[in-house]
Amino acid sequence: MSTSTIEAKVKSIIADQLGVGEDEIKPESSFIEDLGADSLDIVELVMAMEEEFEVEIPDEEAENIKTVADATNYINTHKK
Amino acid sequence: MSGFKDKVVLVTGGSRGIGRACAVAFAKAGASTVVISYAGNEAAAQETVALLQAEGAKAEAIRFDVSDSAACASAVDGIVKGHGRLDVLVNNAGVAVDGLVMRVKDDDWDKQLDTNLKGAFSLIRAVSRPMMKQKGGAIINITSVVGEMGNGGQAAYSASKAGLIGLTKSVARELSSRNIRVNAVSPGFIGTDMTHQINDEMRQKMLEGIPLGRLGNPEEVAGAVVFLAGDAASYITGEVLKVNGGMYM
Repeated sequence: MSTSTIEAKVKSIIADQLGVGEDEIKPESSFIEDLGADSLDIVELVMAMEEEFEVEIPDEEAENIKTVADATNYINTHKK
Repeated sequence: MSGFKDKVVLVTGGSRGIGRACAVAFAKAGASTVVISYAGNEAAAQETVALLQAEGAKAEAIRFDVSDSAACASAVDGIVKGHGRLDVLVNNAGVAVDGLVMRVKDDDWDKQLDTNLKGAFSLIRAVSRPMMKQKGGAIINITSVVGEMGNGGQAAYSASKAGLIGLTKSVARELSSRNIRVNAVSPGFIGTDMTHQINDEMRQKMLEGIPLGRLGNPEEVAGAVVFLAGDAASYITGEVLKVNGGMYM
């Protein structure tokens, strides 16, 4: 899976989970500050990404995923 | 009644007493699958399974110790994988080891807190993700009148039951935005194996304090549990529903 495919999928998951438009989602967007997510939304986002990309994101790691770029990078380095 | 059609229910401590009555009440209310957990009484667990099947529910009994958090996680995982979902969790498993506070052993304290309180927490933690994913669920914790009013000789038991009330309210707040409701049912003096341990003198004294003048039966508790789990209670969360014959108001 290419980086741009991952990025596109991550965007679509975020748009879906947080109910925001894909055009609002920038790599540097913070889930909480820019996209209006709460802590439960982050848990759901992580669950959705784990499912989509078949990766395990441990809770300690999930805490460091704060922006769209953080998520894309994590999946890029950990995907199977 | 179709309110629980296609719903999967887990009742801990479901082999006997209040747990069995809850399991059977869910089956009667039309739940498609009722899973009970039990600590050791295989014969009683199988009897409950037969009662559930007689009501037309798919039934399963799994043996695990709720004080073992890994066992709780794997039990929930197994149910979600096996049945595709988990809609209702009833944290009913509980133990009582009575004794005056100066005589309570560390082990007895730990056993009651670990089973009654930590067990409920471990299962709530385990079901929270699947329930969030399915965007809904109901959790009912069985607390006790002694968690609300205290009881001499039950320091550990009442502490564990009071703890369940705090747990209920915190988790109710945390998961409310995902349509997961968390409530507690607080039974008074109910005729079960647990209360049969109480001696006659004590029993007589307790009965005098119950306005309705009698012990409750497990089915009367189960009715409240099924109510809180169902759509009729869709606007109720963080509630502690007393089923105690007026013993504590």
